[in-house]
Amino acid sequence: MKAAVVVFPGSNCDRDCKSAIETTTDAKVEMVWHQDAELPQGLDLIVLPGGFSYGDYLRCGAMAAQSPVMRAVAAAADEGRAVVGICNGFQILCEALMLPGALLRNADLKYVCKAVELDVVNAQTRFTSRYGATRRATMTVGNGEGNFFADEQTLDRLEGEGQVVFRYRNNPNGSSRDIAGIVNARGNVLGIMPHPDRTFEPDLVSADGAALFQSVLASA
Amino acid sequence: MKAKVEVFLKAGVLDVQGKAIEGALHGLGFGDVSGVRVGKTIEFDVAGADAAKAEAEVKAMCDRLLANTVIEGYRVEVG
Repeated sequence: MKAAVVVFPGSNCDRDCKSAIETTTDAKVEMVWHQDAELPQGLDLIVLPGGFSYGDYLRCGAMAAQSPVMRAVAAAADEGRAVVGICNGFQILCEALMLPGALLRNADLKYVCKAVELDVVNAQTRFTSRYGATRRATMTVGNGEGNFFADEQTLDRLEGEGQVVFRYRNNPNGSSRDIAGIVNARGNVLGIMPHPDRTFEPDLVSADGAALFQSVLASA
Repeated sequence: MKAKVEVFLKAGVLDVQGKAIEGALHGLGFGDVSGVRVGKTIEFDVAGADAAKAEAEVKAMCDRLLANTVIEGYRVEVG
């Protein structure tokens, strides 16, 4: 099993992701610099970590979406490889048009940093198969622009196609229809605002994030 | 040639910064204020003398990077 974590200037959860994956699965994790135009061979998972890539200049994730590595990430996704964008990584996937919608400023303008209860709306994705028994998870959020937005038609389509994967039980940021995480139509690209990489063992508030990495690597 | 791009959230997208500023203005006694929207201005130079070509190019820049057309609209001035 092999995973890669992309490091952008301003990423601050890249090492958390590496630690989370290597602690909870058998995968080895390679760090990939954003200027690299090629990814390592044979990846089972590519993670875009949280943080403030490029200082959130212009819009969150906008500059990172244009970096050389993202062309390689998009090509890998086209091959069917699994891609997870967490927090800023979710913003980058939206800016790169690999996921629909966008992340707006939180509705109350506050940065929110706390544990949140999630419903696993679709436990049949390759990212959530191990949540099937409970269909619930606790993870932590840390975002100022985590307010998922898409037009009504897109939201209806996402819900209709089972692309809404995680939903907040108590919406912390104003996200449309309480959405915390979505997958693309093909089901191999996940964007999630809460941090599985910060909640992978009991000492970290919750160990529920582990099942996400375990699910996706078991699917490879 | 000078290019000026103004980017705003689309009409249907809640502008929470605008709302907050509107509330603050009301608090200062400027009760007539409504519809506050916060945007950004991006200015730059474009080489060449063909204004129509430059404008088309700047619009392409907006669509691909300067604005996120899922949530934002833009206005372009070239001259």
